[in-house]
Amino acid sequence: MIGLSHYLLLAGILFSLSVAGIFLNRKNVILLLMCIELMLLAVNFNFIAFSRYLDDMAGQVFVFFILTVAAAEAAIGLAILVVLFRTRRSINVEELDTMRG
Amino acid sequence: MIVSVIFYLFAAVLIGAAVGMITSRNPVHAALFLVLAFFNSAAIWLLLEAEFLAIVLVLVYVGAVMVLFLFVVMMLDVNLAAMREGFTRYAPLGAVIAAIVVIEIFHVVWLKRQGLPFFDTPVPHPPGYSNTEALGAILYTDYVYPFELAAVILLVAIVAAISLTMRRREGLKQQNISRQVQVRREDRVRLVKMDAERDE
Repeated sequence: MIGLSHYLLLAGILFSLSVAGIFLNRKNVILLLMCIELMLLAVNFNFIAFSRYLDDMAGQVFVFFILTVAAAEAAIGLAILVVLFRTRRSINVEELDTMRG
Repeated sequence: MIVSVIFYLFAAVLIGAAVGMITSRNPVHAALFLVLAFFNSAAIWLLLEAEFLAIVLVLVYVGAVMVLFLFVVMMLDVNLAAMREGFTRYAPLGAVIAAIVVIEIFHVVWLKRQGLPFFDTPVPHPPGYSNTEALGAILYTDYVYPFELAAVILLVAIVAAISLTMRRREGLKQQNISRQVQVRREDRVRLVKMDAERDE
């Protein structure tokens, strides 16, 4: 039988996979942004699972707001990325050291 | 029983898509794997009876955000070979940290869960129950101010994204609407008086 633990464990696996993804793709800003999206998805899993099992709609409202903020974050992040690529011709994290003292 | 089969099927595809996303060489493939992950998440959210959010996930995330990602990935001419350097050097560290996180969460939610009352399977909602209606009933009453704040955040995102990416290029011909409207007849038309010419 599927219980709350299954959903929480699935969310945990998803979250740790995205953490590993940040380690693996630490040079590519686009993939870092995608890993952050996956992390937010894992967090939303927890919210929805708890909302179902505690029978409280507030969890789904929170997921709604997280989705909103994540969409805004993705839009601004990609805009910054485009500007970055336009000026530096690169999105490699290691080359973005202009402000190094 | 059928719920278990559906859950394990979608969970397996979801984890496979996540692994594919973090290990794929091509950012386009990574974005498409992420789309697959979002679809499977939406299916599992349907199992949790969060129908509205499942649909929103597909519409907003797959339909808008991931398309934006694909757009940017395809627009930027990225040197993929340089991006892959050192891919395997930090892979063991990442795997170890991921394993630690999974083991800890497994320990907490699986082994130590006895005695908590809310881990039982909840009763399904009756037929005719509308998840969207329930969400709207609470969203527009108790959470109306956060809802408006969310709208403001989206507006800020629009303004920020446009102002970041807009640029003025030199030598670009463009209309000046106010001068175009202000122009009068005397500025443009000159009447010249001259004698009629004859063919000799």
